Amino acid sequence: MLGLATHLGANMAFTLYSLIQAAILCVNAVAVLHEERFLSKIGWGVDQGVGGFGDEPGIKVQLMNLIRSVRTVMRVPLIAVNAVCIVLLLLFG
Amino acid sequence: MDYTASQKGFRQQPNVRLRNSSTDGFDGSQLFEDTSRSGSQTTPFRNQQSAPHDAGFSGQAILTDPMSNLAMAYGSSLASQGKEIMDKNLDRFIPISKLKYYFAVDTVYVGKKLGLLVFPYMHENWEVSYQQDTPVAPRFDVNAPDLYIPTMGFITYVLVAGLALGTQNRFSPELLGVQASSALVWLIMEVLAVLLSLYLVTINTDLTTIDLLAFSGYKYVGMIVGVVAGLMFGRPAYYLSLLWCCAAIFVFMIRTLRLKLLSEAAAEGRLVRGARNQLRMYLTMSIAAAQPVFMYWLTYHLIR
Repeated sequence: MLGLATHLGANMAFTLYSLIQAAILCVNAVAVLHEERFLSKIGWGVDQGVGGFGDEPGIKVQLMNLIRSVRTVMRVPLIAVNAVCIVLLLLFG
Repeated sequence: MDYTASQKGFRQQPNVRLRNSSTDGFDGSQLFEDTSRSGSQTTPFRNQQSAPHDAGFSGQAILTDPMSNLAMAYGSSLASQGKEIMDKNLDRFIPISKLKYYFAVDTVYVGKKLGLLVFPYMHENWEVSYQQDTPVAPRFDVNAPDLYIPTMGFITYVLVAGLALGTQNRFSPELLGVQASSALVWLIMEVLAVLLSLYLVTINTDLTTIDLLAFSGYKYVGMIVGVVAGLMFGRPAYYLSLLWCCAAIFVFMIRTLRLKLLSEAAAEGRLVRGARNQLRMYLTMSIAAAQPVFMYWLTYHLIR
């Protein structure tokens, strides 16, 4: 695969598998952000997200909501996905 | 809007075309016009033609072995059950009825749309026309997004890339798969990035994911034109045609997305102040500007 990559130029050998790996890594990174040790310290906690009731949530509030929802939804499936990924990497390198 | 008067080649009344309609019973006849002359005559007879066919088969089987007849009947009922279950479950994950809307195109539409992708400067009305609150099928409205051109463009791009690599003696059959998967990955990442940014800026729009996929797939047309020109006439032709197609796609995307993403007043061209509208305008510009970048990124290694 590396030979093919250099054939096309190093930026081209993206496969779907590498996309899946990148997605797993990104979701893992979002899931490990701790609520009270980190997010509250930098002002991104859930208690600091309640703005007004207008139609203008703002980007920061949307981001905080996104992080919180990813952490809530993906905690349990990530355990399974990470376990599968670890086993596959151990077996096939 | 009167479609029967404006379109000359139609032989049937345009019915209400719903994007999400369950077209199973109608067999897609509302979205897709029956273009074969004898097709409309044989369609009602299709069920009756298969019935004597089955009777003929079962007549032969009774002659040979009643057990095999029983087994065949059981097998066919099992197969139809399985097909039903699969259709039901597949429709949950991939909305097939919605997808049918995006492929309801005809030659005239494809020709006009391709012309619009390469030369969007003379077109004046960019609004998608609606029919009783549902979007009109692409064959009736040149502004509606479709998935036929992006799909065909993607496949053609992979083939043209193989051709270009072959002229430089760098071709091997695995490279076709690598090209296809990497272009697909870039497309998926672009659609995800646009979805994420639309979520963050809280734009309420009726753009669906498939619409975004269609808009992101339109750039393959420009890429193909550029690579073919580069293959035929050399590097300067590649750069010139790529520049032309990049500008055309930029204008096309801005004019199309402006009506969908910006508020009513801003879309009409009036200057509307406010941070929100500015953010939306920046988002539209960046989506449109990402297209030329991708077009260059995915084709420059093909022309040496």
